[in-house]
Formats: sequence, structure tokens, C-alpha cells
Amino acid sequence: MSALFQSSNLPAWLVLVPVIGGVVTFLLPVRLRGGVGLLFAALTTLPALFAGWLLTGGTSMRHALGGWEAPLGIALELDGLGAVFILMTAVVGLIVSIYARVYFSTVVPDPARASMFWPLWLLLWAGLNGMYLSEDLFNLYVVIEVVGIAAVGLAVLSGKTPALVAGLRYLIAAIVGSMAYLMGVALLFGATGVLDISMAAAALDSGPTARTAFALILLGLMVKTALFPLHFWLPPAHSSAEPPVSAILSALVLKGTFYIILRLWVEIFDVSLSFAAGQIVGALGATAVIWGSLQALRQDRLKLVIAHSSVAQIGYLFLLFPLITVPLGASGEAEWAIFAWTGAIYQVLAHGFAKAAFFLAIGVVVIAFGNDRRESILNLVGRLPMVTFAIGLAGVSLIGLPPSGGFLAKWMLLKAVFASGQWWWVPFILVGSLLTAGYIFMILRLAFAPADKEVPMRKVPRGLQLCALLLAIAAIVIALPAEWITGLLQGMSAFGDPVELMSNGGEAVR
Amino acid sequence: MPIPQRVQTGKGARVMETHELYGVVAVGLFCIGLAAVFLCRHLLKKIIATKIIGAGAFLMLISIAERDAEIIADPVPHAMVITGIVVAVSAAAFALALARQIRMKSGQSEFGGEPK
Repeated sequence: MSALFQSSNLPAWLVLVPVIGGVVTFLLPVRLRGGVGLLFAALTTLPALFAGWLLTGGTSMRHALGGWEAPLGIALELDGLGAVFILMTAVVGLIVSIYARVYFSTVVPDPARASMFWPLWLLLWAGLNGMYLSEDLFNLYVVIEVVGIAAVGLAVLSGKTPALVAGLRYLIAAIVGSMAYLMGVALLFGATGVLDISMAAAALDSGPTARTAFALILLGLMVKTALFPLHFWLPPAHSSAEPPVSAILSALVLKGTFYIILRLWVEIFDVSLSFAAGQIVGALGATAVIWGSLQALRQDRLKLVIAHSSVAQIGYLFLLFPLITVPLGASGEAEWAIFAWTGAIYQVLAHGFAKAAFFLAIGVVVIAFGNDRRESILNLVGRLPMVTFAIGLAGVSLIGLPPSGGFLAKWMLLKAVFASGQWWWVPFILVGSLLTAGYIFMILRLAFAPADKEVPMRKVPRGLQLCALLLAIAAIVIALPAEWITGLLQGMSAFGDPVELMSNGGEAVR
Repeated sequence: MPIPQRVQTGKGARVMETHELYGVVAVGLFCIGLAAVFLCRHLLKKIIATKIIGAGAFLMLISIAERDAEIIADPVPHAMVITGIVVAVSAAAFALALARQIRMKSGQSEFGGEPK
């Protein structure tokens, strides 16, 4: 029995606990689901915290499921990069779960429908942890589908027509994305004969097959990560969902597929990459930063502002790829790669916390005033001061003002951009921040403006406001443990290491 | 698994193995489905288009199982196809359920179309 709880089984527990939680909450009667669901959310957080503690100093652990080693079996691998994502998922997930428990038990009129949140959310959590742990390309396809279907299930939870239409659009985009991924995996398997990521990386040669597989996998995952111009499904889906669901979808679900792109980029596809590939992906990210921010400025409903802002913030993440994909020979002085990595990981964390806080705060506004139109938050600071504070703090992190996590992210990215000599990304990062400041200050201006006549306000449970505030504070203080987080990442072989390739457009070398 | 037949593609030309033909068809199906997903506006047509994309991906997996043709086919891609079909069927069932609810609630059967 004690063998079950060995620390080497930790990766399996990280997936198993939420799966059990999902099944148990599905089988329970409606009135018990909320409490038990929250219990399982707490139980899932435990192994995640344990993983963070265990990997301090940058080690990694590998777990062969059922004792079957690859290539026959499927391996789970927990390393520093995965641990950072798992920890973020756990912290955001737990706070959103507490919010959801209060929200669905006090605010929502239809408890039977709302209680379906718990099985779907716990399965989604299991899928996300699976994404961060899987060492097997096909297993990744399965967890991508688990996450995709659970995410759409959550998005249509309210059952209203706009949510259903947005959900179907989301589902079709998700299916197309995962099928493109599967097609790429098929080509990779045809070329290498293995599915284990490290084995496939060792067996893969550069050539047209590897390039086609790379393009298919990248496109499929870009649809799911909502990178411009494949982001069309995101704003309607994220803005029409219930508040805790919106928080989960934009803070956590988008990061899962970004993590897979990052992992495959540095571990498998370094043979088929070219300088141009990094530049193209970076250009899409830079365009997303500008386009998403401009769209956010034009929106009339707060949830749509925040949803479009996700498109922009995701764009920043993709600036990592041009910075770590360098021509051969430049690598000797490529110490900026560490800045680029740190910046992107901090962008993941800061956006995760800040965006979750934002959606939860707007959720409180919707409960209080019945809608999320811009004019309804006039004099918000006098009526819901805690929520206004949460919006302000989350906004500070999104813009990238010091001393927040968002500041550290953008500062590190800028540092890497200057050190690498790829100066053309600078205006995008700066103008993006300026535009972000534009829509954040638009919201804050309204929140501080006096209202001519007070609209009637519904009372909001204090717990909901506190959850939003906690996440917003996390988005700021995340900048403090920077040393510990980079320490975690150093265990990953690719960290600080640029992918090298020949600049003359020829074949890449390892 | 029957011993693969050879498809004659022309006099004196290199013969095309069955699995290569499968591969070409798979790419064709994938592209047809992809085009249809973007071009069709009707909900049902879009869902069918995703199924065609899926068929392309699965056929590609089957065609690459033919690595040592005369002896035995690689069972791993077959296992992947079975898993993939189960996943794809559930996703399609979910999509159909959503489309049906949308039609029942709003009478809408197209994206962006006016309710009929």
C-alpha cells in the first residue's frame, strides 16, 4: 500500500486525483456535488504543491505508467517547466473553485445544470495536468481532446443561445485543431516509428516530412491557443460563459496548448526549424498584440474587452519563439535566451492570475448590476471597492507596470529583444503596453466617475469579491519568488538554450 | 490482413503500393474537409466537414502502418485509429447535440445567419 504513495508516483497522482474527482462528482446527487467538487479541487492542489517543493533546485522525475517503459508504454515526465504550469493551474484552479462553489450555490437559479460544472472542471484539470506531464505524442492528442471537449462543455453551461453558438464554434475549431495535430503526429510516427517525445526527437531527420508534420502540428495547436489570425472563436466563447468558466478558459486552457507548442518546438522540431519559422510565429504574435488590444479598446461590454485582451496577451507569449531560434554561430553569445524564457514564463503566470482575477471581478459586477455594459460600472469604487481594487491590481499587471509579474515578463522580453539584436519587436511590445493601458484606464475611469443616478444593486457575497482580489494580488506578488521559479526551470535542458540553426537557409544541425 | 495488391499506375511506370494510394487519398480527404469547414456555413455541413478531416487523419495513420508490408502491419497505428475514432465520435455527438439545441432554441441552423 505504501508503494502507492511513493514520490515517484507523483505524476500519476496529479492526473488521477482530478479524474477520480470528476467521476465521483458526476455520480453524486446534485446537492452534494459542490462540496465534494471543492474537496477534490483541494486534493488536486496538494500533489501540485508537493511537486513544486520536490523539484526545487531543478530536478525532474519520470514515471512509466503501469511499469511499462517506452516505446511500449506511455511515460509521464515532470520537470521544472511542467511544474511551473502545474502550480499555476493549481493555485488559479483552487481559488476559482472556491468562487464557483459560492457562485453556483447562491447566484445561479438552476442548480442541476450548474452542478455539472464540477465533473467537467475536474476532468478539464486532469487533462491540463496530463498536457504538462505527457511524454507521448498520441497521449497528448487524447488529453488535448479531453481538455477541448470539457472546455466546450463548460462554455455552454449556461444553456443560453449565444453561449451555445459560441460553444459550437469553439468545438469545431477545437476538432479541426486536434485533427491537424493528429495528422502531424501520423507523419512523425511514419518517419520515426515511435511516439515517445525524446525517442522521436532522436530518430527524426530534417526533411520535407519533418517540416510538414511540424507545420500541421503547429497550425493545429495555434488554433487551440487562439493565436492571431486563428483567434476568431475566442472572444464569443470566453465572453458568453459563466464567470468562473471564463476565468478557467482564458487563464488556464490557452496555456496548455502553448506549453505543448513550446515543448515540441525545443525538443522535437529543432531539426526542421529555420530562422524564418521563428520570425513568422513571432510576427503573428506581434500582430496579435496590436490587433487584440485595438479590438479590446473598441468593445462596449467589459467581458468582451477582457476576452479580446486575451488575444493580445497570448501574442506576447509567441515572441519567445523568434528569440530562442537563432542562426548558428550566434549561440556563443546567446545568454539572452534565459531572459526570453523567463519573460515568456512570467507572461504565462502574470496573464493567468491577472486574467482570472479580471473575469471573476467582472462576474461580481454582472451579479451586482445585471449586465457588464461599460456605463453600468459608474462609481464602482464607491459601491464595490474591493472589486475595483482587484480590477486595478490585475490591470497593473496586464499593462506591465512595476512591481507586478506582468512588468517582469515584459521587461525580460525587452531585455532579450535588445540583447539579441532583433530590435523590430520593440515597438510591438511597447505599443501593446500602451494600448493595454488604454483599455484598463478606460475601465478605471468609469469606475471612479460619479454616477448621475444610482442604479439599484444586488448584494454580492463577500467571498466572491475576496477570490477576485486574491488572484489580483497574486498577479502582483508573483514577481517576488523569481529566483525560485527560474531555479525550477533550470532543470529543463532546453532552458536558456537557443535552438541553433544555420543562417544560410540550409539544414539545421543539432 | 490480406497481402496488399499492387495498383498499376501506368505502363512502365513505378507501381504504386496500396498504402501509398491510401496516403494520397488521406491527404485529399483532409484538404476537402478543411476547405469545407471554412466554406460551409450550415452547422450540419461544418460538423460533417470535421468528420471528413478526421477520416483523412485516420486513413493516414492506417497507411503508415504498412512498414513491413509482406509480413505484418504495425499494430500501433491501428490502436491509435481505434482510440481516435472513439474520441472523434464523442466530439461529433457533442457537436450534433449543440447544433440541435441551437436550432431548437433559436431556429438558427447557420453561423451568423438570421433565425428562420
